[in-house]
Amino acid sequence: MSKRYIGQRIKRNEDPALLTGQALFTDDVHLPGMLHVAFVRSDYAHGRIRSIDASYAREMPGVVAVYTAADLGAYWRPGPPLVSPPPVKGAIFNARTQVPLAKDKVRHVGEAIVMIVAESRYIAEDAVEQVFVDIEALPAVVDLEKALAPDAILIHEDLDSNLAAYIFQQKGDYESARAQADVVIKRRLYYDHGIAAAMENRGIVATWDAKTQRLTMWDTTQAPVVIRNGMAAMLGLSESQVRVIAPFIGGGFGPKIMMFYPEEVLLPWASMQLQRPIKWIEDRRENFFATTHERDQIHWAEIALTKEGRVLGFKDEFIHDTGAYDPYGLTVPINSQCTLLGCYDVPNYASEFKVVFTNKTLVTPYRGAGRQHGVFVMERMLDIAARQLGIDRAEIRRRNFIPPDKFPYNNELIYQDFVPLVYDSGNYEPALDKALEMIGYEQFISEEQPRLRAEGRHVGIGVVTYVEGTGIGPYEGARVQVESTGKVNVSTGIGTQGQGHFTSFAQVVADQLGVSPRDVHLVTGDTDQFHWGTGTFASRGAVVAGNAINAAAAAVRRKILAMASRELEAPEEDLELVDGVVRDKKNPEFAIALKDLAAKANPLRGAVRPGTEPGLEATDYFGPERGVTANGVHAMILEVDPETAMIKILKYVAVHDCGTVLNPLIVDGQVQGGIAQGIGNAFYEKIVYDDNGQLLTASFMDYLLPTSMEVPSLDIGHETTPSPLNPLGTKGTGEAGAIPVGPLFAQAVEDALAEYDLEVLEIPLSPNRLFELLQSKNKDA
Amino acid sequence: MKPPPFAYHAPTTLDEALQLMAEHGYGAKVLAGGQSLIATMNFRLAAPAVLIDLNKIPELSIIQPTAEGGALVGAMTRHVQVEQSELIARTAPLLHATMPHIAHPQIRNRGTFGGSIAHADPAAELPAFLRAVRGQVLAQSRRGQRWIDADDFFIGLFSTALEPDEIVTAVRLPAMPARSGWSMQELSRRHGDFALVAVEALLTLDADGACDDVRLAFCGVGEGPVLATAAAAVLQGQRPTAEVIEAAAAIAASDDVDPHSDVHATSAYRRHLVDVLAKRALTAACARAAGEEV
Repeated sequence: MSKRYIGQRIKRNEDPALLTGQALFTDDVHLPGMLHVAFVRSDYAHGRIRSIDASYAREMPGVVAVYTAADLGAYWRPGPPLVSPPPVKGAIFNARTQVPLAKDKVRHVGEAIVMIVAESRYIAEDAVEQVFVDIEALPAVVDLEKALAPDAILIHEDLDSNLAAYIFQQKGDYESARAQADVVIKRRLYYDHGIAAAMENRGIVATWDAKTQRLTMWDTTQAPVVIRNGMAAMLGLSESQVRVIAPFIGGGFGPKIMMFYPEEVLLPWASMQLQRPIKWIEDRRENFFATTHERDQIHWAEIALTKEGRVLGFKDEFIHDTGAYDPYGLTVPINSQCTLLGCYDVPNYASEFKVVFTNKTLVTPYRGAGRQHGVFVMERMLDIAARQLGIDRAEIRRRNFIPPDKFPYNNELIYQDFVPLVYDSGNYEPALDKALEMIGYEQFISEEQPRLRAEGRHVGIGVVTYVEGTGIGPYEGARVQVESTGKVNVSTGIGTQGQGHFTSFAQVVADQLGVSPRDVHLVTGDTDQFHWGTGTFASRGAVVAGNAINAAAAAVRRKILAMASRELEAPEEDLELVDGVVRDKKNPEFAIALKDLAAKANPLRGAVRPGTEPGLEATDYFGPERGVTANGVHAMILEVDPETAMIKILKYVAVHDCGTVLNPLIVDGQVQGGIAQGIGNAFYEKIVYDDNGQLLTASFMDYLLPTSMEVPSLDIGHETTPSPLNPLGTKGTGEAGAIPVGPLFAQAVEDALAEYDLEVLEIPLSPNRLFELLQSKNKDA
Repeated sequence: MKPPPFAYHAPTTLDEALQLMAEHGYGAKVLAGGQSLIATMNFRLAAPAVLIDLNKIPELSIIQPTAEGGALVGAMTRHVQVEQSELIARTAPLLHATMPHIAHPQIRNRGTFGGSIAHADPAAELPAFLRAVRGQVLAQSRRGQRWIDADDFFIGLFSTALEPDEIVTAVRLPAMPARSGWSMQELSRRHGDFALVAVEALLTLDADGACDDVRLAFCGVGEGPVLATAAAAVLQGQRPTAEVIEAAAAIAASDDVDPHSDVHATSAYRRHLVDVLAKRALTAACARAAGEEV
């Protein structure tokens, strides 16, 4: 196999359709006779439902059906736990999963109580206003620490407390490391990660066809195969009776792999009840309440070092907010716990966390999925240690890097894929060196910063590192087929939400089969085309589906070579696949086109040899034994106006190592998009709940996403340390950009305001919060 | 996020629009650029029974010089037209400097000058601008027409001196006084957001270089555009030294404004920004009035 296309910066196959508005999104599905849905949602964070009076709504012209929990009958049941807890000794996990429609009790603002089905969305929303739900308000559990107080009101009354889970993991012996340390530093840190706010909200169209006895569902999901199988089970259908299509999706970022959302459970059922197509498109306000969040953790961290800055041990205790239910298990806090150690060779680590239920929207992974929280804690503690020990910030990181000869490196903790976290490969120092060079670290610190400070400007530099465990199992699969047109069809079960799969996967196939990536047509997210797979999450597309597609394409390549060898009467080793033909390397005129081979492989008459499979087609799978570890370094120069507390990013560089790069254009885009979300997380976005559990930031007027005006031009560099764990050598990249931006901001802000001697122990910041930090220093002085 | 039902009228003449206003009055809302109203309706925070759409009345979309050397801006003139108007750049440089701060180009393409004035959002720039320059609002109804001074027009949170049957049809901007200087300063969370605090400053220096007629108007810090009269009193008749400007800015922050707290900024932070921005605006305006390049 040649590497003609892998690694090339080629433009995306999918972009012409996307850019000209021709791509199909769920809301583009219009079916004759289609009904529309709106939900009555809870205005209370916590309360008991006394009664529901939907009689006015039921009688409104254009209203077709009104469903409460009682109307669902036996179909009403809590959702299945999506991710079980990891096998850690002593673990506590109380699974309490979301319900289709609230019955008896509401547990967060925006929880669905009544489903209205009407001839139009307008009518459905008018009817929502005519449903009267009498709720006895209960005190809301909002604060993480208070959630565990002995007198806290219980969100799930069958439990003894609001504790959802507890995990303790360790490696080495922290206490003895602490005893040997020259310096021990303790801090309380707070990290709040906002919401994904994908450009496209969620949406579902479901239609039951009585004549074919089949259900078709368009769904903005990252995991169409799992949705299909689950829907079949819930509805009592066979899996082959359900077709789930995840068409183009305007951003997933994690929340679109929550399964099952109440709306996903209800729409197909209602379509069968009413025998009509039915559509629900989440509006932006609903998205803030009803699509899962990521949110805050409070950490109490302790780092033990030698006076040379070598980390001997780290201890961390934290509380994690899971919201009202915990169907996604412990993926987010486990990621925080396991990612904290980062690029560093830390021999002793003790970490425990408590997960608490609160009266807020559910927490499930969002780009980074808890890794941010861990990276923030470690990077901040290193900065504080560097300052205390008088060591340069880049240098303290360099001194603690895992050396390249220590890979595979076992961190011993059980990771989100339930196996010990072993870093497959990595080479951290070159990435650091490259980032320092790109940002001009030495020159900035020795010349530029003193000069600008003398002019009265407040400029600071930051540099942080991270690792990201990516590309976890269990598996993905693909079918690759060379058509008699010479075009290549690829189907896979992984979903796609803008990652460029139609191009990067085509590049892999193109290299195996000697065709142009433009001639490779990918179908992903249609269960009628391929019904094995788990979904797009955990930065696993290029690793798991990429290698599955590579394996299937390699199998087709073997078929092609065997057949061409017979046709051309030449040994396989003499043949090459180039430009859509198989030819003899020495005598290129001895050639046969792939399309002709494909036609011959599917004869209409005559006998074939026993055991022959028709066509040039193969299906194969890839299941990694464990995940692969990507890494990177980000650096930034930032200016603060201490009078107004406003900031300006002057320069931003990112060096990223995701092993073999399939398409650098796409990887750059992933890193850039991640950084944009990271910048939002660090300085603009903030989910604010009041003491009653009311969400105060439920529109884009109050929840501030960074725009192109706030995100600077980025310089992106690549290092390439291929993974030994998969044939392509790829590592995941989808989440990377978003992970280290918080601690980078904090460090650069501290440096810019060095004269104020601030310590930034929280994210997100904002001008207001910076003002308060500056004021507290003014008061101290 | 769909609005409740409403009746819709799209008159093609002002007379027709005024007739509809006379008929529907309180139940009606005027649709101009729709950049606030439509969102409010989709959130079901507003549910007008009748919408009267002014977009098909061409005579409301004008920018004209006045005999006094100022400008007359029709209510349906889009922000982008004001932003790009040479007449405005020449006769109303403070307005010219203000326009790029109003939201984003997409919104300025639709949003209207009169719509922003009539909506009277306390965080919006144009009401503060209009107070700073002593602009006047033309209100018309079937009963007749009247000019309302900006100081009398804005009476509270999203409320104005308009009667239910009146429409804002134009705004009159006076000429810049001789020896005057101006400055507009704004801080917002993101480019294009409503201001956390913004200030519109216009002042004159007399022959001795002392301040006269200082107009300092803030948005984002009260129930409407706030005119800093206490700060102006500190400056009146004084030569604008750094100390005087500092004292005036401090008075603006302590006496003239009563900012609210919200998820973006506490009252204390807004008050602090009033001080900082007042200082910057007064310094720049005085420099301009003294003929310096700013």
